[in-house]
Amino acid sequence: MTTLHQVSRAKASAPPVLDLRRIRADFPILGHLSNGKPLVYLDNAATSQKPQSVIDTLTRYYQAENANIHRGVYELSQHATLAYERARAKIQRFINAAEPHEVVFVRSATEAINLVAHSYGRSHLHAGDEVIVSVMEHHSNLVPWQLVCEATGARLRVIPMTDAGELVLEEYERLFNEKTKLVALVHVSNSLGTINPVKQMVETAHTNGVPVMVDGAQGAPHLPIDVRDLDCDFYALSGHKMFGPTGIGALYGKAALLDAMPPYQGGGEMIRSVRFEKTTYAQAPAKFEAGTPHIAGAIGLGAAVDYLHNLPWDLIQAHEYDLLTYATESLAAIPGVRLVGTAREKASVASFVLDGVHAHDIGTILDQEGIAVRTGHHCTQPVMERLGIPATARASFAFYNTREEVDALVAGVLKVREVFG
Amino acid sequence: MADLRELYQQVILDHNRSPRNYKRLPDASHTAEGTNPLCGDEITVYVLLEDDVIKDVGFQGSGCAISQASASLMTSAVKGRGTDEAEQLFRAFHDMVTAGPDAPADSKALGKLAALAGVRQFPARVKCANLPWHTLHAALTGVHEPVSTE
Repeated sequence: MTTLHQVSRAKASAPPVLDLRRIRADFPILGHLSNGKPLVYLDNAATSQKPQSVIDTLTRYYQAENANIHRGVYELSQHATLAYERARAKIQRFINAAEPHEVVFVRSATEAINLVAHSYGRSHLHAGDEVIVSVMEHHSNLVPWQLVCEATGARLRVIPMTDAGELVLEEYERLFNEKTKLVALVHVSNSLGTINPVKQMVETAHTNGVPVMVDGAQGAPHLPIDVRDLDCDFYALSGHKMFGPTGIGALYGKAALLDAMPPYQGGGEMIRSVRFEKTTYAQAPAKFEAGTPHIAGAIGLGAAVDYLHNLPWDLIQAHEYDLLTYATESLAAIPGVRLVGTAREKASVASFVLDGVHAHDIGTILDQEGIAVRTGHHCTQPVMERLGIPATARASFAFYNTREEVDALVAGVLKVREVFG
Repeated sequence: MADLRELYQQVILDHNRSPRNYKRLPDASHTAEGTNPLCGDEITVYVLLEDDVIKDVGFQGSGCAISQASASLMTSAVKGRGTDEAEQLFRAFHDMVTAGPDAPADSKALGKLAALAGVRQFPARVKCANLPWHTLHAALTGVHEPVSTE
């Protein structure tokens, strides 16, 4: 509890602020030019930039530590194995999983979801069963379920949302019946920024005896993730969206579920013994990591998690909230601009449309100013259809973005208006 | 640096604001759909062909200024022409937008279509300018699957 004494002491000294200059210096690309102008990188929901520590870790690995893992008796291989498994433990701690073997390294959040869809989904879904998804899922948490439904005869039920981009929880609760077998839900919407009340929604699902897969690709870059507090059954992470390398992601799954699931892909690493008569499989997570994994990527993701761990998260969140509020107010003040996605709980994503100008034209003109935004449907076509718009321009902020960059964005949008008269 | 005024010329902004031939032809003899799923650009081209002459042509759809203006300019250019001439224009247009940024546009052959030459400096937008033409080509050659330039 905050006491009066503490409040007055806090007032006496200057409030702590994020040292943005220092943070930006950690990300070498932020000092570069784009189209001759200082790069204003506002496409963090597509991929985030990498701190020097991640880049150095990758370089060091390939320069001095590269060997295949889990098989060599020599020192270099043992060292690589140790580094790979240490990265797994870092991710376990980062998301507060109970055990390291609840973390499976995969190629991407997309692969994490496909793994669950094919392994858990195909072994648990039957004709007539139902999978609940929300209307704001990224295609990566929608299409894998459609594929499994097609194969098994199960069907999708869809949680609707309001015009502001908030899921309608009463409708969600009404979707459950004895045929409901799984909920697949996005933590933070990539196109709208909405932070869904995952903990509450998991509780609802569990009351109905239904497990929940959470797509956390956009969650981890903005929020502290605690899978045990959320009590979700599966959680998908994307490495490159959380300041790590591309080509690496992680799937969290509760140990009991992972242990009971059949393998996803077959090959080396994932077996206990192979005979023509019968092959037996390794325990999770090895069971799901067939073939030589992206060793450097996993270790690089570990370095990203270390970097995130050392950030002052209370200040980061206050800063991102300030960026979002400032961007929302500044963009909304431009005649003809309409913000898309105005949920009460939002991550720092500002999607918008401009009267009479298609998002791609906005993107091209902003690009000439060195400003990188994403334009299009953002792999959420059902969201665009629900809102009756073909596309949006989306500025998505990371903690290294600044108010000055919001100003550059606003000046850029004013230029778009000027070009289009 | 690429020049925005080259890309967004008055002609293009005008055709985007008030597209010509933006209509469905109920008696169309040839129809095709074009879609660039990553962009979200969508277009349907309708052609009324009589004795290999494009008697009437229209389009409907949604997309960026470049794709809309390109469709509008295209329909204006091919109306009344033979299919051979239309295909020739298609090739000339295609060559113009895919040529290097410094290549001169053959404005004599292309007429008003040369307004889209600025697209050459914006490689990411070439597919927008091309979509209506590929869709027209698909309509004339009887392709039933939606075409894409992505």
